[in-house]
Amino acid sequence: MTNAVAVAPGRSWLRRSSDDWLVVALLAGFGVFFLATVVLPVATILWRSLHDARGGFVGLANYQAYFANPALLQSLGNSLIVASVSTALVVGLAFGYAYALTRSCMPGRPFFKAMAMVPLLTPGLLKAIALVYWFGNQGLLKGALMGYPLYGPIGIVMSSVLWTLPHAIMILSASLLLSDARLYEAARSLKAGPVRTFLAVTLPNVRYGLMATAIFVFVRVLTDFGIPKVIGGNYNVLATDIYKEVVGQQNFAMGAVVSIVLLIPALLAFALDRYVSSRQSGSFTARSVAASPRPSRWFDLAMFGYCAAITIVMLAVIGMGQFAAVVKFWPYNLSLTLDHYRFDMEGVGWENFFNSLVLAFWVATLGTVTTFVSAYLVEKPRAHGLPRQLLQAVALLPMAIPGLVLGLGFLLVVNSPGSVFGSLYGTMALLVVATLTHYYTVTHLTSLTALKQLDREFESVAFSLKVPLTRFFFKVTVPMCAPTLVEIWSYLFLNAMTSVSTVIFLYGIHTKLASLAVVHMDEAGRLASAAAMAMLIVYACVVVRLLQMLLSKFLLRRLQAWRLSSQP
Amino acid sequence: MRHRENDQSRTVAFRAFFVAPRSYPQASASHHASPVSAQVTAAQGESRPKPGLAPKGEKECMSSTRPSSEQGPTYLQVRQAGKRFGAFRALEGVSFDIAAGEFVCFLGPSGCGKTTLLRCIAGLESLSSGQVIQGGRDITHLPPSARDFGIVFQSYALFPNLTVTENVAFGLVSAGRAPAEVTSRVTELLALVGLAGEDSKYPSQLSGGQQQRVALARALAPSPGLLLLDEPLSALDAKVRLRLRREIKRLQRQVGVTTIMVTHDQEEALTMADRILVMRGGRVEQMGSPDEIYDRPRTSFVADFIGTTNLLQATVVVPGLARCGSLELLIEETWPPGTALVCSIRPEHVGLVVDPASAHEWPHELPATIIEVERLGGVHRIHLRAPTVPDEIAIDLPESDPRMALLARGRAVRVQIPVQKMRFFEATT
Repeated sequence: MTNAVAVAPGRSWLRRSSDDWLVVALLAGFGVFFLATVVLPVATILWRSLHDARGGFVGLANYQAYFANPALLQSLGNSLIVASVSTALVVGLAFGYAYALTRSCMPGRPFFKAMAMVPLLTPGLLKAIALVYWFGNQGLLKGALMGYPLYGPIGIVMSSVLWTLPHAIMILSASLLLSDARLYEAARSLKAGPVRTFLAVTLPNVRYGLMATAIFVFVRVLTDFGIPKVIGGNYNVLATDIYKEVVGQQNFAMGAVVSIVLLIPALLAFALDRYVSSRQSGSFTARSVAASPRPSRWFDLAMFGYCAAITIVMLAVIGMGQFAAVVKFWPYNLSLTLDHYRFDMEGVGWENFFNSLVLAFWVATLGTVTTFVSAYLVEKPRAHGLPRQLLQAVALLPMAIPGLVLGLGFLLVVNSPGSVFGSLYGTMALLVVATLTHYYTVTHLTSLTALKQLDREFESVAFSLKVPLTRFFFKVTVPMCAPTLVEIWSYLFLNAMTSVSTVIFLYGIHTKLASLAVVHMDEAGRLASAAAMAMLIVYACVVVRLLQMLLSKFLLRRLQAWRLSSQP
Repeated sequence: MRHRENDQSRTVAFRAFFVAPRSYPQASASHHASPVSAQVTAAQGESRPKPGLAPKGEKECMSSTRPSSEQGPTYLQVRQAGKRFGAFRALEGVSFDIAAGEFVCFLGPSGCGKTTLLRCIAGLESLSSGQVIQGGRDITHLPPSARDFGIVFQSYALFPNLTVTENVAFGLVSAGRAPAEVTSRVTELLALVGLAGEDSKYPSQLSGGQQQRVALARALAPSPGLLLLDEPLSALDAKVRLRLRREIKRLQRQVGVTTIMVTHDQEEALTMADRILVMRGGRVEQMGSPDEIYDRPRTSFVADFIGTTNLLQATVVVPGLARCGSLELLIEETWPPGTALVCSIRPEHVGLVVDPASAHEWPHELPATIIEVERLGGVHRIHLRAPTVPDEIAIDLPESDPRMALLARGRAVRVQIPVQKMRFFEATT
């Protein structure tokens, strides 16, 4: 008998399989990708903020100049005020709506649920434009503002609330659905009244959902560019300041400084969000029983009234957007026309819309593939622990970077003298990569959730059967996750269609997008054409969404058949 | 009713298997093998029937970490295997050999490292130290896809979107077999596991037991040299589990594939395995045939973990003599006086005399009182308290035993301790 031979510890398989080489190559590829799309742009902004226009190092001088400038400092305050007020309003309004959807027996719940999702198909810009038609200088309900101007904080807050409300309703509904009926039964058996039950059971249960919603809305409003650009008037916020510094004054250094100032609260909010979501897990277990509401006449009626009011407002805004697009000359000639869809303005036209479709198609397609593969790399292989953890961390980062900041970072990388990426400026490829990066995190996390539901031993079985990982991936993993992939594709498509901030610094003459055309036509006072272009985006989004719903229904039914009773 | 019959006949068979041959040569019963030496004990004339494994013929169960020479060539060798997760040692110094065609169970409580050991053999985890040699080839550093094994998991891990046929054929198609060959092999395997005619169903349309058979067929399809079963029966209902035990065993004999099964269920291991590797805390506690493990446990842990046993505290008085309450016990080992011992005696070995005032007293007979009569299917377990020994004693009696009618809680009886069947261990603190 031979004595045991000790082997150098810590060294795993010395002879790698071809699958393992593939995993290593993909991990390296993602490393390069994120280095180029996240690390390099942010680092370039930081670098530029510490240098003057001619490239000389000036330390923190730019920051001193920034904080010495009362006008710029005012924008910081404005941004925080607008974001805070919007957050408070949205969380309150959305909680009521989500509570009605999940905890009341009001009639028409499926209808209201669907209606809450409709605004997701419309760009934030459309809401701002529609509000101008309702409350602007020549607005239908101008008097309702009692003399206060729409252009400014009021308009920004109103548009932002309408824009973020559907997302907030979605997050809060999900959170409210995850509450344990047994807690309510316990509360009832202990003779707690409705108010006490609400305070002692409901609120603690959804506190993480409320936090997540608040953070989401705050960051969205804080970093948004389109709405303050269209309806902000002279009320400056950080995002419009960056645009003015970069596009108006070509002052990249100061643009970089403002970007960093915007990036810091966004990063803090992101860190807080990660902390909150890490605390959330485990409150609702597999053994919990979902709470189901009991009918209560007056409560249900009140909830119905509330939801109806919100739905009417949201539909009125979208409806006004459509109306504005087809009215001949607001408010003097209200006869209908399709003239505004001709876009007879220089540099604007249907090609912008087609550009958007091309962009959205590529972002959706490439994004679905890359995020699914990156999530697979994070979730499934067992070796390479550290590189996989790094990939996971870096895939979360794009969410923390405001679109405008990311766009500026890309611009600075591409535009810096002697840059190897110089030839990319204005190309569709650059727009696709920037947009894809901006929406990376959400889709990566969605893929991860879907992959976690697949048995971890599938890969082990594939190894034992000597099936190449790629064959297994396409034969089993992809079909099992097909509904999620379709969902991700449509999510990316809709967002790429409506996105403004990420691409506004990066487009070229031949790659101008519909959303940018909306901004430019609004800038030129062509409000009706802007509304028409925004509506084109809406039509495309509706079509894609309907197709996705049909396909998902089919795929989900198949998946349901596969999953049925598969747990022993 | 059929179930019940089966159950009873099974129980009877089980008892006949392990309990019937009660007379062991005294010498081998109390001989403590050193942990490494191959203690090749002559079979006690009751050698278990071993049909199957046609080419290997009859074989004996040997007590050792190595199979006997009669058992065919060694197929798998594990040498000083160690596995660390950070500071935690999941495996330490694990060594054993498995013969070709053998069915070995890794048995132990949860967290003992048995699954880790299996995964290391499969290459799904890498060893921190040591060696794995399969069929003469050092596979320690090979990735799983370069090794030769089929595996079945507790969750079955059947691909839900593929039909039964597609699941079984999955590994065959990759191996580049001709379509006709694949079809005939799949048909053959499905017939082997008793699932002919279910070929176009999806896994979700099958019962748990059927899914498990598909998983077996899938693992066996490429004719692997080694079949690994990771708690394959744990997710099944009790009845199905009993049926599948025998079926897996039958299948293994028929195919002749070397098999390792991980389980925490000692009854499963006793009924299925040719040899059992009992593990505890990442180390091998004992390896041997089911008979050896059951009748001649090497440690009190094994005695207690396998089956049910009475553990009585005793102390060495002088070398060769120990005292347990009023019982004086002759022991072979020469522990120094004062050594604390644990004596193990199986409930079915303890004798019971209904008459409390027996005329002729046995040397190891004690007065006792029944404190509980427990029904365990076809067997009754009688818990007794004997005033002269410190621990409670349990006795198993079959339902058919005529004495059963006379036994009730509170009744005074006498118990007989057959010292020759007792095993002695040094008490661990």
